[in-house]
Amino acid sequence: MNVLLDNLGEFGSRFLGTVELFVLSAVASLVLGTVLAAMRVSPVPAMRVAATGYVTLLRNTPLTLVFFFFAFGFPLLEIADLSFFTLAVVSLSLYTAAFVCETVRAGITTVPPGQAEAARALGLGFGQSLTLIVLPQAIRAVVPPLTSVQIALLKNTTVAAGFSVVEAGGIYQVLSERGYSTLVGLLWVALGFVVLITPLTLLQRSLERRWSASSGGAVKAGAR
Amino acid sequence: MAPMVRLAGVNKHFGDLHVLREIDLEIARGEVVVVLGPSGSGKSTLCRAINRLEPIDGGTVEIDGTELPAEGRDLAALRSDVGMVFQQFNLFAHKTILENVTLAPTKVRKVSKGEAENRARTLLDRVGIADQASKYPAQLSGGQQQRVAIARALAMDPKVMLFDEPTSALDPEMVGEVVDVMSDLARDGMTMVVVTHEMGFARRAAHRVVFMADGEIVEDSTPDAFFARPSSERARDFLGKILTH
Repeated sequence: MNVLLDNLGEFGSRFLGTVELFVLSAVASLVLGTVLAAMRVSPVPAMRVAATGYVTLLRNTPLTLVFFFFAFGFPLLEIADLSFFTLAVVSLSLYTAAFVCETVRAGITTVPPGQAEAARALGLGFGQSLTLIVLPQAIRAVVPPLTSVQIALLKNTTVAAGFSVVEAGGIYQVLSERGYSTLVGLLWVALGFVVLITPLTLLQRSLERRWSASSGGAVKAGAR
Repeated sequence: MAPMVRLAGVNKHFGDLHVLREIDLEIARGEVVVVLGPSGSGKSTLCRAINRLEPIDGGTVEIDGTELPAEGRDLAALRSDVGMVFQQFNLFAHKTILENVTLAPTKVRKVSKGEAENRARTLLDRVGIADQASKYPAQLSGGQQQRVAIARALAMDPKVMLFDEPTSALDPEMVGEVVDVMSDLARDGMTMVVVTHEMGFARRAAHRVVFMADGEIVEDSTPDAFFARPSSERARDFLGKILTH
């Protein structure tokens, strides 16, 4: 218990860093991933190729290497002078977006083609039928796997500790410098992550319940 | 005056299968045309080609004197003048009945929300679903869903309505309520193209019967003439099969 109480400030500020990394990267990865999914189903071949290439590259690269590139490679390009924190958000967002894209695309395939046809027949363009009709139903269908992707993101934030970003993954180093048991410290960190992830699980459950009344039942009826 | 719908030299292939062969068809304003034919004759494809939901390989499609482009913004605009009702209803599953009917007027025609809702309630009342406006499609029966689909198409004030086997997915006891709504529309002077197996509707409401087989229009006549004296062997064969049982 002393490990936690004596270093409460350290735990607090570092978990705050974790939450900041996660929230920014979650929003960015969900937006970018959805845009990529839209590109992958678009009628424009160049967009499909670009998005497919992106997903192949980012999904197949270890996250640590993505971090290495942005932490050490990107500054050499001298485009902008960004903090390690910002570069960590960029790395996590770009990496996670590839997984969000594939999850959302899986959701798009669950939406019956008749939905988009009806939208087009009413005069909606490709963008409107995607954003108003297809994507809302696609995302409802993939809430559980999308939550898993975001949970993985939350845990992946610990990689940032290796690149001097203040977050929970680096707590053990501080504890070891101060002479505390790192093993006990890590148990507290693990508990911290469980506490952080629980709201995501609850959010998933409430979204599933809210949407099952409308779209879930209708998808079944439509398949009949 | 230009015909409401004009197809000229329309061809369509599915791989090696030639599903529409040099189709020429003109439909006048206010005319109700029923398209009949055995399964695989291309009648559904013909119906879907009229608003270019089904891409065609050659030929032209005109609605009210304007040619429909193959794709793009102009196609979307012209398509909004053509109402379509599908076999599987295709109501937007995540939207309420009212939202289903108001979506296109507000998003495509930029009608105000209040105005669109008033009009939607009038239309829902007309098809007998006024009291279900706040429900979701899955909570309605097939016949109710199809009537909502008709109201949704009418909300765009279409120049012509296409019906692609509107009663084929319905339980038998629900066919009547949908056919009644369609008959009312026909009486009100709507231009309609109806692909159906409902011979009763063809006899009572149609001005013309178009009979298709193997991707071609084989007969084009009045319902009386078609049912009493079909001129082609294939039409006689088709009528023999569906009318004897």
